[in-house]
Amino acid sequence: MADIKKTVLIADDDEDYLFQMKMYVESFGFNVITADNQKEAEVIIQNTKLDLAIFDLMMENDDSGFILCYKMKRKHPEVPIILATAVASETGISFGVDTDSDKKWIKADLYLEKGIRKDQLHKEINKLLKI
Amino acid sequence: MEKLKVMVVDDEPGIRSGVSRILNNFTVSYPFMDTDIGFDIIEVGTGEEAIEKVKSEHIDIVLLDNKLPGILGTEVLEFINKNKPEILVMMITSYASLELAVKATNNGAYDFIPKPFTPQELKSSLENVSKHLFLRGMTRKMNKEGKEIRFQFLSVLSHELKAPLNAIEGYLRIMKDKENGDDIASYDQMIDRSLQRVKGMRNLIMDLLDLTKINFEKKTEKFQDINLGEIAQLSIEAMNPYAIQKDVKISLTDEENIVLKADPGDIEIVFNNLISNGVKYNKDGGKVDVKLIKTDNKVNIIVEDTGIGLSKEESDKLFNEFFRVKSEQTRHITGSGLGLSIVKRISDLYNGEIKVESTPGEGTSFTVILPM
Repeated sequence: MADIKKTVLIADDDEDYLFQMKMYVESFGFNVITADNQKEAEVIIQNTKLDLAIFDLMMENDDSGFILCYKMKRKHPEVPIILATAVASETGISFGVDTDSDKKWIKADLYLEKGIRKDQLHKEINKLLKI
Repeated sequence: MEKLKVMVVDDEPGIRSGVSRILNNFTVSYPFMDTDIGFDIIEVGTGEEAIEKVKSEHIDIVLLDNKLPGILGTEVLEFINKNKPEILVMMITSYASLELAVKATNNGAYDFIPKPFTPQELKSSLENVSKHLFLRGMTRKMNKEGKEIRFQFLSVLSHELKAPLNAIEGYLRIMKDKENGDDIASYDQMIDRSLQRVKGMRNLIMDLLDLTKINFEKKTEKFQDINLGEIAQLSIEAMNPYAIQKDVKISLTDEENIVLKADPGDIEIVFNNLISNGVKYNKDGGKVDVKLIKTDNKVNIIVEDTGIGLSKEESDKLFNEFFRVKSEQTRHITGSGLGLSIVKRISDLYNGEIKVESTPGEGTSFTVILPM
């Protein structure tokens, strides 16, 4: 039972961010699949059994992350999603998934600003997976 | 046709119906407007009624008589200025009383029409007001759009600047926490990547400096006769070390010794950006050909490469700020995504145009056409 690893999909078009996230999430004891664009992530969502997904917001489209959230929730409504972005709140664009109106249109379970610390990330993932 | 709502406030029914008759089939058009402007007329006989209408309906223009049975026209004017200052008020002054007209304009009336007036006088007054309203609307719209564009630019810019910072910070943390053990060699790749990202950020900053230099205003005092071939040559020389590294040959064809009146800084940016793209997105052993050709009263700056080429979809977005072609082949090429948008802006500034032709896998040709 304990040796069945959970699988996490990470989609981000920044290869360095992808590398670092993969390294961290693997060190938490998960299996990691990566995609460096929205299209690739869409294929993986359709064909793979996942336990968690972490999506970047801006990839080939400005709203790639939102689109992936929708497609993911339609296919696997039970799988938690983290939406990550480097868009700074200081530009005036800020959103979260805390209010009901946000939840209506952002189909993510958690919104993260990039640059989160490793231990914090670990905690958030465990919380979503109820570990 | 766009319609402006005009309210006529006068206690004489003859004046009201006269105004309606004159304006009902009257339209205003100016060469700079997309559409004609027509008028919808509302007639009211007292100041009290006028105030009710102003409260309950959208009105653009009020033609206002002063001598009304109840409250005076000037009181209606006061109410409008206080509550709906965007409405333009034209006073109809009974015996062309200059004193009242002056007082009304001081109190915020836009203009006045002396009574009695001819249909032509009324029409030309309305023409003026319409033009004023149209221009006011345009200015508002342009200010708003300008703000939106700036806001969008800044938010994307902050994303582009933060992404490399996050990447570098991430690698430093990994090293600090010694995630890969004590051997420094096991961090080589991360150090290389960090340096790459620093380089990318530096390029972005250089391009932003270019943007501030252009400033999107033609500074004709900086214009001078410049020899295009010479500037192209300088740009090629600056790019050559990098081209040699990539085994790409750059050539220049300039048979006509073309002289153009322009700001040399702008033209230098055009050559630098086009040629460096030609080298960057090329294959080993590839070529970049720069050609300067004069046709009619125009200069054609052509930069052709034998590089990776572009898809139709990519060509369409190519001049957007921060757009970058993302593929396996471009993965390790750094760039800000600003270079071509800057070239486009300069070309626009000189009333020129920019064309791109490309075949994926074979190469791309950019042509900047500038009037002489």
